[in-house]
Amino acid sequence: MADPVLQIEDLRKQFGALAVTDGVSLDVAPGELHAVIGPNGAGKTTLINQISGFLKPQSGRIRFDGRDITALPVHARARLGLARSFQITSILPGFSALENVALAVQARCGSSFRFFGRAAAEPVLNEPARAALEEVGLGARIHVPAGALSHGEKRALELAIALAMAPKLILLDEPMAGTGREESDRLVALLARLKGRFAMILVEHDMTAVFALADRISVMIYGRILASGPPAAVRSDPSVIAAYLGDDME
Amino acid sequence: MAALDGAGGEAKPGTRVSADVIVPLVLFAFFAAVPLAAAGAQAYLVSVFMRIMIFAIAAIGLDLILGYGALISFGHAAFIGLGAYAVGILAAQGIHDASIALAAALAVAMLFAFLTGLVCLRTKGVYFIMITLAFGQMAFFTAGSLAPYGGDDGLTIHMRDTVFGYPLLENARAFYYLVLACLAASYGLCRALIASRFGRVFRGARENPTRMAAIGFDTTRFQLVAYVVSGALGGLSGFLLANATDFVSPAYMSWQRSGDLLIMVIFGGMGRLYGAVVGALAYLLLEERLADYTEQWKVIIGPLLVVVVVFARGGLVGVAQKLWSWRRG
Repeated sequence: MADPVLQIEDLRKQFGALAVTDGVSLDVAPGELHAVIGPNGAGKTTLINQISGFLKPQSGRIRFDGRDITALPVHARARLGLARSFQITSILPGFSALENVALAVQARCGSSFRFFGRAAAEPVLNEPARAALEEVGLGARIHVPAGALSHGEKRALELAIALAMAPKLILLDEPMAGTGREESDRLVALLARLKGRFAMILVEHDMTAVFALADRISVMIYGRILASGPPAAVRSDPSVIAAYLGDDME
Repeated sequence: MAALDGAGGEAKPGTRVSADVIVPLVLFAFFAAVPLAAAGAQAYLVSVFMRIMIFAIAAIGLDLILGYGALISFGHAAFIGLGAYAVGILAAQGIHDASIALAAALAVAMLFAFLTGLVCLRTKGVYFIMITLAFGQMAFFTAGSLAPYGGDDGLTIHMRDTVFGYPLLENARAFYYLVLACLAASYGLCRALIASRFGRVFRGARENPTRMAAIGFDTTRFQLVAYVVSGALGGLSGFLLANATDFVSPAYMSWQRSGDLLIMVIFGGMGRLYGAVVGALAYLLLEERLADYTEQWKVIIGPLLVVVVVFARGGLVGVAQKLWSWRRG
């Protein structure tokens, strides 16, 4: 197996007396879709926040693309190719969909300390942005202010922003949350298309989606990884069934 | 909606783009016509409008960070004062050329913006307002304690700056048009900045800093650069003001002056750049007229500002635009 894109070793984070991340080790291979599931409060989002740099762990190490990134700030990690979506959609509401994505292109394409020349007229920025929007099915909505998009469209826009960063790893924090059946079906189909091209960590409660997409699943409970393995193995793991999935998955 | 309009994303095709060009052109043409129309007894109007343009330059600088970056600086008069003191102190040392005085005014203002910006930009919201106010007051009291340069009483400048040896500023009309050129250049500079790659990141930082970090931008650096540019425009304004009044005093950087600048920007309509020019024009003309009637002219301006802020979130420019689109159906 090729070297993992992401390697987490014995990560620990406490909020007061509560160990939210309690010795988590986990890795993601290139092109792999690694799902992290678990009940609410298991520490999944806290884990994502530590990987992306919004929270600092108390101990442990995060290696990304061969580098120790444990001490790097959010923007520096993003520059190395770490993209993420947020549980609560995070976009620039006053900017058009195209501008939202073009900014992500701009972040990796030349200096942004350019004070003259209209950024909105730069094909170098707009063309890749347009392609990313086409890819997620927003090709017809590029000039709409992002704040005026529907909830599902905003989720898709976040994905387009991530794609435009040309990332090595995408962290997806509940991309299906709050979307209707039809929209979430579309997102699952989109993620299935992207699978293999990017390494991804998917945190999601929609078990149908998770078992359809994941190459590997880690189950988190009380800040620990309870089990980790291919979907079939996790599904039949007695401790996982007892603690989280229940019998109805059978 | 009106308050957010325009300041965030790029201008929508149509009305806004043309307004960004037409409104300032009309304003600058109006300023250009003033010396031609004001003859004889009206000649004092030239100095009134020159003062308006000088403050408009600083107001544009403030609108750059306030209207597009939501950075509420309550110490912006410090930059005017620093620029003015650079001129005054150099003049007292016998240096009277703009090539040095202007460079010094800009350098001092930008250095102050850089150093204070490093601290201010670590804070947000109310704390940013308070800390910019604090730095402004520091500059104010420092100027007041400069005993060799007049202390609280200020410093008279006996000779205006020459421009590469020529006494250009002694000619009232030449000076006036030089100020107009500075104003137009300041507007053009900020307009270009806003639309550039840099400006896009700066505007993005106001919209959603978390998202901007997540796509790889260290937004504070961009805010710091904008703050320094804004400070430079304040320094330019101060350089012109010192030469226009032949005088500098700590009062130039009092917190009331910083408040005046904020009022100009908000009154005119923030996040448009030309709104700051309209605001400076309206505010200083009102001051001029009302001061004829009463010493307590701020008693009238105060409620007027409240009315504008409550009923017309886009400022005077916003009201004008609403009337315009309403008239056209």
